[in-house]
Amino acid sequence: MPEIVIQIAIILVKIIILTFIVVLPLVPISVYFERRFSAIIQDRVGPNRVGIPLSLFGFKKDFHFFGLVQPMADGLKLFLKEDFTPAHVRKAFYWMAPALTVVPALITVCVVPFGSPITLFGHTEKLIIADLDVGPLFVFAVSSLTVYGITLAGWSSNSKFPFIGGVRSTAQMISYEIALGLSIIPVLMYFGELNLGKIVQFQADNGWLLLPFWKGGHLGLPDLQTALFWIPAFIAFVIFTISIFAETNRMPFDLPECETELVGGYHTEYSSMKFALFFMGEYAAMVIGSALIITLFLGGWSIGFGLDKYITDFRIGDFQLGGLIHLGAFVTKLVIFILFFILVRWTVPRFRYDQLMKLGWVIFFEAALINVFLAALIIAAPQLTGAILAIGAILLIAVTAAVIWVAKVSEEHPKPLRA
Amino acid sequence: MAVVKLKRPKLNFGEKIYFGALIKGFFLTMTHAVKSLRGKSAGAESLASSGLGVTMQFPEQRWDDHLPEYYRGAPTLVTDEQGRERCVSCQLCEFICPPKAIKIIPGEIPSDDPWAKVEKRPKEFEIDMIRCIYCGMCEEVCPEQAIYLRKDYLITGLKRAEMVHDKKKLYEIGGVRTGLVNKWNELK
Repeated sequence: MPEIVIQIAIILVKIIILTFIVVLPLVPISVYFERRFSAIIQDRVGPNRVGIPLSLFGFKKDFHFFGLVQPMADGLKLFLKEDFTPAHVRKAFYWMAPALTVVPALITVCVVPFGSPITLFGHTEKLIIADLDVGPLFVFAVSSLTVYGITLAGWSSNSKFPFIGGVRSTAQMISYEIALGLSIIPVLMYFGELNLGKIVQFQADNGWLLLPFWKGGHLGLPDLQTALFWIPAFIAFVIFTISIFAETNRMPFDLPECETELVGGYHTEYSSMKFALFFMGEYAAMVIGSALIITLFLGGWSIGFGLDKYITDFRIGDFQLGGLIHLGAFVTKLVIFILFFILVRWTVPRFRYDQLMKLGWVIFFEAALINVFLAALIIAAPQLTGAILAIGAILLIAVTAAVIWVAKVSEEHPKPLRA
Repeated sequence: MAVVKLKRPKLNFGEKIYFGALIKGFFLTMTHAVKSLRGKSAGAESLASSGLGVTMQFPEQRWDDHLPEYYRGAPTLVTDEQGRERCVSCQLCEFICPPKAIKIIPGEIPSDDPWAKVEKRPKEFEIDMIRCIYCGMCEEVCPEQAIYLRKDYLITGLKRAEMVHDKKKLYEIGGVRTGLVNKWNELK
């Protein structure tokens, strides 16, 4: 067999395993967690009944399993529903829109590193579908296509609520992409690398970006520069996480589909599996967003504390299978982060639209920009003389103060209508 | 109407940057989550919760012991301690019934019966439980203390015909009720 066929076969196997066995099942699981966790927060029980009805086959007891089969039942229900296309829609775009929201979310899976390399039959393979050297850029490029799906859905539905939802989502996603892109520049400067696999390897060796307590496999306090860099890293983490919330249309920023104002938002006119695709795309985007946050800030697949070297080298006979343990660690982190997403959804009330725009353009944009310079100053500090460093710091403080002052002055004071 | 001018509360710096309120909110929701997982939610005990939140999980657990004395469940017919059907088929309940759920066909008591002086009893007595609204008017209007709303609330059926309680079923649910006024004993 020629080499290329084997290569393609390996890539296909990786696509099938990583996308359809690791990532896609996370979507129904996060729906289940969403329902159970929100129920528990609100002192309810949530779906805990749907299971395997063994009593239909003559067994004594049904097998509930905490209602974990519920998402499957939901999916089946959506399959069996009538797929209704209203007469007034623009058919071609109406049919395209759901696919355009799911596909970008699933394409971005290919640059996420799932674990350290594994060796099977003397052949070492990385647990990443496409080992691109432009990881984060690729993710931003592809995931920003999601906005087309939502906008087209809103427009092609040819009715007013979906249209408002589509327009809102366009404005929101474009605004927050700026904060999203700017906020990770300090991170990329720190790693000096755009390859997500190498970024995670670096974090496994030298401490996670937000937890730099080991170096070269030994526990210990970070040096002064790394410790100082924790500040811009944390600011970047906060801005990036909140922007991901806005980007995935999650709760504090779910204005494109807020039920109280826009019926169902951009998917009001959709039913059956087309609606399910929107639903799936939303949760898939959430999974990918958390995967990106984990990869950049929280060490990706690494377990940390200098243990990763031993796990990577873990082998059974001739097979080096430490990567699978790392895969487990990655999925665990992912589930924890999804739970955080859900907690936020059921804690924080929705923003008003002008507040959303102000947060994006006036606060996050400036904060991310200043953060870039702060990070640059800290990274460049060892090469600079004291005088230049001091000037840089003073300039930074002056610019920050100016920005805060402008933001304060530009804040509108409501004037009384009549004196 | 006088115009009331409201002044918006002035937010201080901590309230403006919003993070404090967020963290407070997280604590609030997480406290609820932990409490409901431990079955210690506010009101869990008085609501007889299943140990998860305040919810009682129905088919396994029931509210039956907590039903109040005045609970209005399924309307039924009762017999007294002498084994006599209380109903004399005066049809007042049939007339008062707001959704017209009751249907009575009166019948005569044969003269050789020890209770022949009562003269009438229902030949057929049907309550359509799909129509019944559990208002209790039948119980209130009954001059013979014959119809009572019991605490049965699980009235189910697979067919409409199963939801119509006939006379036999009504007496079966109602059973014997003691301590009623037996005015027919004194009458000749």
